Amino acid sequence: MADVSEAVQDERLKQEGFATRLMKRPELGALAGVVAVTIFFLFTASDTMFTLSGVMNFMTPAAQLGILAIGAAMLMIGGEFDLSIGSMVAFSGLIFGAFVVTFGMPLVIAIPATFAIAAALGAVNGTIVLKTGLPSFIVTLAFLFILRGASLVGLKIATGGSTQLRGVRDAVENDFLTPVFSGDAFTGLFAWLAEQGLIDRFSSGMPKVPGIPVEILWFVAFALIATYVLLRTPQGNWIFASGGDETAASNSGVPVRKVKISLFVLTACCATLVAIITVIDAGSTDARRGFMKEFEAIIAAVIGGCLLTGGYGSAIGAFFGAIIFGMVTIGLTYTTIDQDWFQVFLGAMLLAAVLFNNFIRKRVTGER
Amino acid sequence: MSKPIVHMDNIEKHFGNIIALAGVSFDVLPGECHCLLGDNGAGKSTFIKTMSGVHKPTKGEIFLNGKPMAFSSPRDAMEAGIATVFQDLAMIPLMSVTRNFFMGREPTKGKWLFKRMDIDKANAATMEAMREMGIKLRSPDQAVGTLSGGERQTVAIARAVYFGAKVLILDEPTSALGVRQTSNVLATIDRVRKQGVGIVFITHNVRHALAVGDRFTVLNRGKTLGTARRGEITGNELQDLMAGGQEMAALEGSLGGTV
Repeated sequence: MADVSEAVQDERLKQEGFATRLMKRPELGALAGVVAVTIFFLFTASDTMFTLSGVMNFMTPAAQLGILAIGAAMLMIGGEFDLSIGSMVAFSGLIFGAFVVTFGMPLVIAIPATFAIAAALGAVNGTIVLKTGLPSFIVTLAFLFILRGASLVGLKIATGGSTQLRGVRDAVENDFLTPVFSGDAFTGLFAWLAEQGLIDRFSSGMPKVPGIPVEILWFVAFALIATYVLLRTPQGNWIFASGGDETAASNSGVPVRKVKISLFVLTACCATLVAIITVIDAGSTDARRGFMKEFEAIIAAVIGGCLLTGGYGSAIGAFFGAIIFGMVTIGLTYTTIDQDWFQVFLGAMLLAAVLFNNFIRKRVTGER
Repeated sequence: MSKPIVHMDNIEKHFGNIIALAGVSFDVLPGECHCLLGDNGAGKSTFIKTMSGVHKPTKGEIFLNGKPMAFSSPRDAMEAGIATVFQDLAMIPLMSVTRNFFMGREPTKGKWLFKRMDIDKANAATMEAMREMGIKLRSPDQAVGTLSGGERQTVAIARAVYFGAKVLILDEPTSALGVRQTSNVLATIDRVRKQGVGIVFITHNVRHALAVGDRFTVLNRGKTLGTARRGEITGNELQDLMAGGQEMAALEGSLGGTV
């Protein structure tokens, strides 16, 4: 028998350059997208877009979408979809609004309670998908309508016939937890920077940007934690494995069910976080909150390199995907371009991203 | 002579009114390669699934190191040291070799909230295990999808051995491979055998079986037709047994003895 213990470097393999290695990162496409969009707006938009206040302007919607997109990305890597995220934002908004306004609960009770209800709904979503073996696409599509409708009915009950629940801001104004979910952070620092003349200020001496909106901090922190979990923990490996091949994963001892249900719970909690932030910010909640966000979140995740078939993608990619979204939505207002081009751009971007991802996947797996 | 690690005694398995296995006895000694030969539909798959804990036998007993065992899941069998490399290999093409290698059994470091995957250790262990099997990886984060069929097979075998398999069941590991890759896999089998692992090599290719096998058991229509030692039987005799004797003789006449 031939002994082949002498392992030799295959002469047909070319040495990989840095560029090739970079090509294999799922978030590359999204990063390239951010660069391309930035260059585009540097030429077409007025200069105010890239001032500090301009950046905060587009980062705020990017953050709100991004929190959803990162959750959606993790679920997609795990091999499932959640089309009910947007409706979940409305439903959580209703629950939260009702808790603080109708029942007068302090935030320290209302927030965990809202999260608990959302998590339970996420678990129901996940359990139905896994028990029935139906595509998550269909099951969560059902929840898209159920939760949207329930939000509408619930709002009418809570308000006595209106589809908007007001008075949230008054109810939470003096709560010690409010600054965690609303307003700006580092206001002292920004005031100091303005005093020193390091950032733009009004003639009164107040900084034009009072601080960093808290949702941006949530967004950045969440992106970092999600990336860490995906790349550096056993649970992250389980997420990739569950999405890559369910049978192979469970044959190797990965608790696929647990992983997937946890991911559905995670997306529901992401929706709730966004609901709480935006409801406090607006001071009211209505049934259209989070409308179409499920699609935008999935698009951001796909732009970020997630494959629709699961098992591949990144949280940082979704982070950049959401930033592209924010830049384009807000950026068009700084240009002379008709803003209604937005959706055309969105579709084109999605198509380009999917084609690019397909290409990348073939490179990674060496398919020909 | 050493005692068998696993002894399957008179195993029967029925699915409804279909008798898939009608009394099969089989054992594996440490450090031997026991080939299980049989044509399609002979009951090979059912038999190894019974051995690896996927199916429960309808009748008969499984002894592990002399003690009767009842596996209720593949996990049980794995923990008892019986590892199976199925044809699908339980491998995910989009994931790196390391991530596949340690899938479901990731090494960790740190405590509580800081408990994280020990990537460096995992990478080093993977490279080492693969090197022992004679495969030099470009890098441990190379995706499994870029490996050849034989290399993937070897990763799966190396993984099972790394996690302490005492018996390794290989389900037609050479069936989809080219000549060179086949000889690599056969060399891997030889290497693993020398480490004292008992190997159950399922195949319907007599030449592959003869290349590494110490003992040969032929399965036909759910029954064993007997076990032979290396040197006691020729390839043609095995071929005839597998095909059920007469029909094969008739066929060979018309094909001029080329099968």
